[in-house]
Amino acid sequence: MRPEPGGCCCRRTVRANGCVANGEVRNGYVRSSAAAAAAAAAAAGQIHHVTQNGGLYKRPFNEAFEETPMLVAVLTYVGYGVLTLFGYLRDFLRYWRIEKCHHATEREEQKDFVSLYQDFENFYTRNLYMRIRDNWNRPICSVPGARVDIMERQSHDYNWSFKYTGNIIKGVINMGSYNYLGFARNTGSCQEAAAKVLEEYGAGVCSTRQEIGNLDKHEELEELVARFLGVEAAMAYGMGFATNSMNIPALVGKGCLILSDELNHASLVLGARLSGATIRIFKHNNMQSLEKLLKDAIVYGQPRTRRPWKKILILVEGIYSMEGSIVRLPEVIALKKKYKAYLYLDEAHSIGALGPTGRGVVEYFGLDPEDVDVMMGTFTKSFGASGGYIGGKKELIDYLRTHSHSAVYATSLSPPVVEQIITSMKCIMGQDGTSLDATGQEFGQGTVGMTCLCSVVWDWPGRLKYLERLRWLVVGIVWRLLHSHVTWAGVTWSQAQLRLLTRAPSCMYLFRVA
Amino acid sequence: MATATEQWVLVEMVQALYEAPTYHLILEGILILWIIRLLFSKTYKLQERSDLTVKEKEELIEEWQPEPLVPPVPKDHPALNYNIVSGPPSHKIVVNGKECINFASFNFLGLLDNPRVKAAALASLKKYGVGTCGPRGFYGTFDVHLDLEDRLAKFMKTEEAIIYSYGFATIASAIPAYSKRGDIVFVDRAACFAIQKGLQASRSDIKLFKHNDMADLERLLKEQEIEDQKNPRKARVTRRFIVVEGLYMNTGTICPLPELVKLKYKYKARIFLEESLSFGVLGEHGRGVTEHYGIKIDDIDLISANMENALASIGGFCCGRSFVIDHQRLSGQGYCFSASLPPLLAAAAIEALNIMEENPGIFAVLKEKCRQIHKALQGISGLKVVGESLSPAFHLQLEESTGSREQDVRLLQEIVDQCMNRSIALTQARYLEKEEKCLPPPRGRTGESCVHHQGGSPGRPALGRVPGPWLPATQHAERTQDSRWPWRGLKESKNMCIFDRIVTKWCQYGPIV
Repeated sequence: MRPEPGGCCCRRTVRANGCVANGEVRNGYVRSSAAAAAAAAAAAGQIHHVTQNGGLYKRPFNEAFEETPMLVAVLTYVGYGVLTLFGYLRDFLRYWRIEKCHHATEREEQKDFVSLYQDFENFYTRNLYMRIRDNWNRPICSVPGARVDIMERQSHDYNWSFKYTGNIIKGVINMGSYNYLGFARNTGSCQEAAAKVLEEYGAGVCSTRQEIGNLDKHEELEELVARFLGVEAAMAYGMGFATNSMNIPALVGKGCLILSDELNHASLVLGARLSGATIRIFKHNNMQSLEKLLKDAIVYGQPRTRRPWKKILILVEGIYSMEGSIVRLPEVIALKKKYKAYLYLDEAHSIGALGPTGRGVVEYFGLDPEDVDVMMGTFTKSFGASGGYIGGKKELIDYLRTHSHSAVYATSLSPPVVEQIITSMKCIMGQDGTSLDATGQEFGQGTVGMTCLCSVVWDWPGRLKYLERLRWLVVGIVWRLLHSHVTWAGVTWSQAQLRLLTRAPSCMYLFRVA
Repeated sequence: MATATEQWVLVEMVQALYEAPTYHLILEGILILWIIRLLFSKTYKLQERSDLTVKEKEELIEEWQPEPLVPPVPKDHPALNYNIVSGPPSHKIVVNGKECINFASFNFLGLLDNPRVKAAALASLKKYGVGTCGPRGFYGTFDVHLDLEDRLAKFMKTEEAIIYSYGFATIASAIPAYSKRGDIVFVDRAACFAIQKGLQASRSDIKLFKHNDMADLERLLKEQEIEDQKNPRKARVTRRFIVVEGLYMNTGTICPLPELVKLKYKYKARIFLEESLSFGVLGEHGRGVTEHYGIKIDDIDLISANMENALASIGGFCCGRSFVIDHQRLSGQGYCFSASLPPLLAAAAIEALNIMEENPGIFAVLKEKCRQIHKALQGISGLKVVGESLSPAFHLQLEESTGSREQDVRLLQEIVDQCMNRSIALTQARYLEKEEKCLPPPRGRTGESCVHHQGGSPGRPALGRVPGPWLPATQHAERTQDSRWPWRGLKESKNMCIFDRIVTKWCQYGPIV
C-alpha cells in the first residue's frame, strides 16, 4: 500500500482488464491499437510507459484507464435511445391516463403557475433514473466500517416508493464508504474522546466563528492540522463542500482567472462560479492544455478590456473523485512557478490516504507543502468525521479568518466532531501515545476503500485487483450518473453512459455479494 | 426603352476608350493593378503584424506580475483575533478566560446542554461512531437520517423534509435547485447572506424590494406582469419566486406573511421562506412564522431552516410538499455532493424535537422573555433596539452614527468589551462589508449596514435551561457630517452609562426570566 522509501512510487501497471488489451498511454488515457495489444501481450500483461509531459517530472508515473470498446459504446447509445423512446411512449400513456401516474404532482391551487420544473429534467428522473433508483440512497444502520448492516427495502411500484421490511442485512462487505483508514468506528480511542467532549460541550455550537462560536477545541484542531500538513497555519470549517464553495470566492474575484481541471468536483465548480472570476477549463490532468491556457492568459490578458489578469488560480484535486486519477502535481507546481500562478489543491480524497505517512499527494510526490498556495482537504474521508480545512501561509489564513464566508456566516464545527478529528489525526501522526502496532491495528479496521483508490492509479499489485476495482467501479458509476444528470458539468453524456455499461457486470457481482 | 439607352451608353464608352490617349490608358492600367495589389496584400500584412513572436511572448510572461494571493490583513483588524471560548457555550460561558452570562449564542431553547439531548447523541455515537464517510447517495444514508426527516416533516406538518449537513448550505443549495437562469426571484433587501449566495449560484434575475415593503414588492410584480404581457411566450417558461425570511437575521423583524401569500396567488409566484431564526421560536408549537400567523403551511412552497439555533445541533432542513422537496434529492448540490450529517448530530436534533413536542409551553416562556428583555433594553441612551419584541435576537443600534462605519464598529466593540468585563457576553454581528454590499444597495436610509450585538438571555435550569435571546445592535449609517458624537469623548462619559444601564436592566429582569 505504501511505496517503499526512496523507491519509485508507481511500480507497475496492471492491465486494465483481462480481455481488452491496453495501448499507449497518452494523457492518462489508454488508446488501444493492434500494435499496442501485441506489445502488451508480449510484455506478459504488463506495460511500462513513462508519460512524457514536458519532462518536468523525471520519475516514472504510470496511469492507465481502460478505453471503452466500440461495440459497448454503440450498444450503450442504442440502449439510451430505446429507453428514451419508451420514456416518451410512457409519458404519452400517462398523459392520457392509460398508465397510472406515480409521481407527486402540483397542488390543484397552483396548477396555473409556471411549471416548477423543465420538461426534460423530470423526463430523465421519471423514465431513466427511476428504473435503477434502487441502487442509491440505501440506508445503513451501523458503523460504516469494513462490514456494514443494510436495511432491507422493497418497492411494489417500480421504485417510485420504498417500503422498509424491517429486516436488516447484516455484515455486508463495505466497499462503498470513504472510511479509508478505519477511523469511523464506534469503539476505540476516537470514540471515547469524542464521547467525553460531547458530554462536556454538547453537540452544537449555536454561533459562528467570528461571533462567539470559536471554542478552544477549534483552535487546538487548527494548530494540529497546520502541523500535520507542514504549513504555517490552518483553518477548519464545518462542511467539506462549503470549504470550497465559500472560500474560493474570498480568494479570487472579478478580474482574476481560474484555471480548473475539467473533472473537478462540484464544490470547486460552484466556488469558482460564485467568485465572479473568469473560469477556463483545461483537459483532465493534461499539462500541455494547462500550459497553453496559462501562456495565453498572460500574453493576451483579459478578453475585451485587454488588461492583464490580476491573478491566476489553478484548481486541482489530489485524487480526482470523478476519475480516481492522481494530479500531476510536480508538473503543475513547475508550471505554476514558471507562470507565477497560484495553486489551490483539493485533497478531499488524498489526505490521509496517500504518501508514506498519510500527508497526501504532496508527500506522495515528495514535494514541499510550501509550493502549494492553498492546501484544502476534508475530514470526512480518512478521519471519519466531517468538515474541511484550508492550510497555507500565515497571511492566507489571517485573511481567511477575517474574510471567509464560512467564518462570518456559518456555524462552526461541532465539538465532538472536532475531537474525533484531533484524535484520529494524532493517531496518524503517532502522537497519541500508542505504539505503531496499535496504529496499524486501527488502520487494519479500514474498509477496502483505501486500497481501492490505490488500485485506481495502479499502485497496488494485482493481488486484490478484482475486489478493489469493484468498489471503485460502483463509485464511478454513481458519480458519473449523478454528475451527468444533475449538473451536466465536466462529464459528457457519452462518458457517463459508457462507464455505466462497461462496469455493470462488476456492479451486479457486488450486489450479489451484498 | 431602358435597354436602348444602356446600349447607347456602352457604345459611347467603347468609343471613348478608342479615342483616349495611350498614356491615359497606361496610367489607368497601372492604377487598376495597384488596387488589385492593395486588395490582396492588405489582409496578409495585417495578420503578420498582429502575431507576437515567441520572444515577445516570453517577455510578456516575464513581465507579468500578479497581485498577491491575499492582501495583507492589518494586525488590528477587528475580526482577526477571535474570542476564545473555553468549555461549553451554555448558560455560563468562559470567553477569553472570563466567565460571562451568555447573551451571545443562538441557543434559544437552551437545548445545547440539555442532558437528554446529550444522552441521545451519546447513544448514537456509541452505535454509529462520528462520521458517515459518504454522501447520502452512496451508503451515507443512516436510519437516523430517515428518522429525522420523518420527524421534521411530521413536526412541521408537511409531506416531506430533507436534511442538509450544514445550515448555510441549506437555502444556498435549495434556491439554485429550482431557480435557473432566466427565472425571476423577488427578494427582500435585508435577506441573509446564505440567500444571497443561493441567488448568485442560481444565476436568475434578481429583483430586490424594500425591506418588508409589500407595496414595493407589488410594484415589482406588476412591472413584471406588464413585461410578461409583452412577451407571453417567454412568460410561460419564466418561473417566479419570492424569497423571504421569517424573522430576518439582519434586522430582527418579522415578514408580513399573510400579505405575501395574497401576492403569491395574485401574481402566481412561489414563496420560499427561510426560517432559521423563527423555527422553534415563533408559534404556539414552535413551527415558525406560518403557525404564528395561522397560515396553512401548504401555501408556502418551501420552508428552509437550520438546526443550529433552536435545535442546538448542526445542519439544516427544507420541508414542503413532496412534489417540491423530492427534487432536491437529485438537484440540491449541498445534498448530493457532500458527506451526510454525522448521525450523532441527527440524533441530537431528534431528541431536541422530542423535547419541543413534549413541552409546548417553552415557546410561550421564550416569547415572554423576549418581550421582557426587549422592554428592558428600551430607553438606553445612545442605543436603540431594532427588531420585533418577539424576536429572540435583538439588534442594538447606535442612535446616532459617529460618522464613519469604522468608528461605529469600534464604538460598538468597546461596548461589547465593557459588557464582557461586567460578565455579560454580547457579540458584535459580523458582516463582510464588501460582499454584502455587492447585492443590495444601502438598505433604506437608516440601516445601511448592521453591526450588532447579540445576546442571549439565560434561562433558569427549571425548564431545561430555557431560551437565549440575543441583542444585536444595528448601527445607524446615516452619514451625518457634523460629528456631534466623537466616540472618544463618549468613551468616558456616555459609554459607561450604557453599560451600567444594560447591566442594571438585565439584573432587574434577568432573574424573572
